[in-house]
Amino acid sequence: MESCNCIEPQWPADELLMKYQYISDFFIALAYFSIPLELIYFVKKSAVFPYRWVLVQFGAFIVLCGATHLINLWTFTMHSRTVAVVMTTAKVLTAVVSCATALMLVHIIPDLLSVKTREVFLKNKAAELDREMGLIRTQEETGRHVRMLTHEIRSTLDRHTILKTTLVELGRTLALEECALWMPTRTGLELQLSYTLRQQNPVGYTVPIHLPVINQVFSSSRAVKISPNCPVARLRPVVGKCMPGEVVAVRVPLLHLSNFQINDWPELSTKRYALMVLMLPSDSARQWHVHELELVEVVADQVAVALSHAAILEESMRARDLLMEQNVALDLARREAETAIRARNDFLAVMNHEMRTPMHAIIALSSLLQETELTPEQRLMVETILKSSNLLATLINDVLDVSRLEDGSLRLDLGTFNLCAVFREVLDLIKPIASVKKLHVSLNLAPDLPEYAIGDEKRLMQTILNVVGNAVKFSKEGSISITAFVAKSESLRDSRAPEFLPVPSDNQFYLRVQVKDSGAGISPQDIPKLFTKFAQAQSTATRNSGGSGLGLAICKRFVNLMEGHIWIETEGLGKGCTAIFIVKLGIPERLNESKLPLMPKVSSNHGHTSFSGLKVLVMDENGVSRMVTKGLLVHLGCEVTMASSSDECLHVVSHEHKVVLMDVCVPGMDGYEIAVQIHEKFTKRHERPLIVALTGNTDKATKENCMRVGMDGVILKPVSLDKMRSVLSDLLEHRVLFEAI
Amino acid sequence: MDVVSQLQRQFIDYSASLHREGFVDDQFTQLQKLQDENSPDFVVEVASLFFEDCEKLINNMARALEQQQGVDFKQVDASVHQLKGSSSSIGAMRVKNVCINFRSFCEAQNREGCLRCLQQVTHEYSLLKSKLQTLFRMQPSMMAVDCVLLSLVGLGNRSVV
Repeated sequence: MESCNCIEPQWPADELLMKYQYISDFFIALAYFSIPLELIYFVKKSAVFPYRWVLVQFGAFIVLCGATHLINLWTFTMHSRTVAVVMTTAKVLTAVVSCATALMLVHIIPDLLSVKTREVFLKNKAAELDREMGLIRTQEETGRHVRMLTHEIRSTLDRHTILKTTLVELGRTLALEECALWMPTRTGLELQLSYTLRQQNPVGYTVPIHLPVINQVFSSSRAVKISPNCPVARLRPVVGKCMPGEVVAVRVPLLHLSNFQINDWPELSTKRYALMVLMLPSDSARQWHVHELELVEVVADQVAVALSHAAILEESMRARDLLMEQNVALDLARREAETAIRARNDFLAVMNHEMRTPMHAIIALSSLLQETELTPEQRLMVETILKSSNLLATLINDVLDVSRLEDGSLRLDLGTFNLCAVFREVLDLIKPIASVKKLHVSLNLAPDLPEYAIGDEKRLMQTILNVVGNAVKFSKEGSISITAFVAKSESLRDSRAPEFLPVPSDNQFYLRVQVKDSGAGISPQDIPKLFTKFAQAQSTATRNSGGSGLGLAICKRFVNLMEGHIWIETEGLGKGCTAIFIVKLGIPERLNESKLPLMPKVSSNHGHTSFSGLKVLVMDENGVSRMVTKGLLVHLGCEVTMASSSDECLHVVSHEHKVVLMDVCVPGMDGYEIAVQIHEKFTKRHERPLIVALTGNTDKATKENCMRVGMDGVILKPVSLDKMRSVLSDLLEHRVLFEAI
Repeated sequence: MDVVSQLQRQFIDYSASLHREGFVDDQFTQLQKLQDENSPDFVVEVASLFFEDCEKLINNMARALEQQQGVDFKQVDASVHQLKGSSSSIGAMRVKNVCINFRSFCEAQNREGCLRCLQQVTHEYSLLKSKLQTLFRMQPSMMAVDCVLLSLVGLGNRSVV
């Protein structure tokens, strides 16, 4: 045993205690040595460990502690100085390292703790995010539901389907027990149960609309929770003690068409709402979630829109059906009218022909009969027959004319004509009759009256004739005067016809014709009747003179067609009357420029003057034919030279002749040869007369032959006066004329 | 026009009957139109010329057809052609129609047919001549009557007579 300086007496080494200490020290050392090994091992394993330095320190600390304890093992027994030194060194080192570690830990432990805190924080955050994710998912699902619902609702335009689908889909999406729709009745005072989800046939419950709960729902656009016991929610008999689920109600605006103004979107202040009530399953402890309520509100809006679309569609379908019906009816009416018109026209056409033929026969034969030997009674009878049939003929003509006029299908045949000639013709027509009645007829044409005018010559003449004829008819004695002049604006107006507003223009003028007679006159109250069909003035004087009463009506129509006006002035019974009419006529342009259409019927009446002095050579072997052609040309004012053979023709023809008319109907080619020889004779084109062939042949060969030999035209015989006239003008203007054969 | 004098009415009716029976056609009307104060007797002149022509041609044709030893159909045809031309110029419808038939017989060199046609032509011609002469006798108020005719015919087909 070594000597020690300890004060206390050394205990006697207890063997057991010593042994335990020995063992403990050993194990401690072991533990201490293994801890760092473990640490190193696990740290090596782990990728992330920020505190290596600390670890080393700690490892060192532990190792040294272990070393200390280990060395302590030797100090139980007598130990040498080396051991003591080693022990001391170890302890010193241990002290140093542990102090260093302690110091280090002061820094490190807060860090470690804060890591912990962060960890907790992150966990919380994760939980929160999870929650939110859940929410978003729910919302997205809701959105999907809404879209799906909307799609379902909007996929149909039928009102019932819309509503039914809404309820069904809502029921499915939200797993409802019951879903019901209350619609306002017509009176607007009650709500009627219209659709339910589960019950197939709603029994037509009604509730008054002014319940407080209903008002509450209607006043807000949100879904409102209501009590399950209120009348709108009590749809089923309450069975047993089940707790009814929560009930929510939302308003569905019913929009009317009239709510949609163009610049004025409808506010939801429309008065009509329907009520949708949704019930969660009873006994389910489910609650209405916010997103579900939102879903319900959105759906309610969509339903409103879909319903309004359906309403619009219904309206337009109805309108279209109505239109179609009307169209069909109109079509039918039109076809009927057309049939009627066609029937009438056919009838008229038939009447026209069929009635005239026998009339013709009657009149002709009775007049022939008159010429034969007859007893006085027979003669009287025949005269009566003739008179009546003449009357009938006039009546037929007039009626047929009037119906054509009524038809509106009458159009004026406009053409240029000689105005003065018309009056002269009327005069000539009337003179014989007037002279028999010992009436004096005088015609005064104003000097400024144009010689030619554009208008319907026939109808104008008819009108004048009718008016003058009436004057003659109704005058027993005295005189008739016809005056015609160009009406200036003052004389155009008739105070009795304020709607007649003549507007003269540059190439038109108004012709005013006055026919004054000294006959029996007409009483003023009869005047309006004169121009109506079939009405006759009732005085006996007029009745005896006959007449169908249509003449003046026809004249009025014609005058109206010519944009004019006709009326009668009278001083009273016995003082005669004056018939006055004004018609609008056109002023033709210079005649020689023949811009007028040349139609065979309407004689573009250049009159004699445009052909005056025109030298024409007529070659025809046939004497009669020659004479007739000459007569035609002379009537038109031409100077005619005749040739009866081809030789004579060639002999006589000169550059003075402007036209050569030759008959090529002769057998053989004479006519054509002449043409060739004329061509040879006159080399210069402007000196050569125009050569025109007259032929009765209607075949193409003739025409081709004529063209081949250089003729300037071909005319088909027989030639009427009008045709000759138009042919000559055409020829002179165009220098060629080939009539269609 | 129920006060038209008898004569005028007669003329109209007679003229109408000529038309109706086919003695004359539109061409005749045209000729009547050509008659005015410058040529007051135009129609009469043309008609007289026609009658002369006709008689001459008919005689020619008769002589040609009587030839026992071979009829010169070419000559007959030429005459018929002339006659046809004349009759169509004056508007003698019936005569013209007979001439058309006559020509076809001539082309066929059918003597019998030709003789028959010649007879027909002669008959028609004499009928027409007498009718026209009657007509011309009614002439005194030709001018006024002309105008009446003109108006009745010229005022379109609405006229009955």
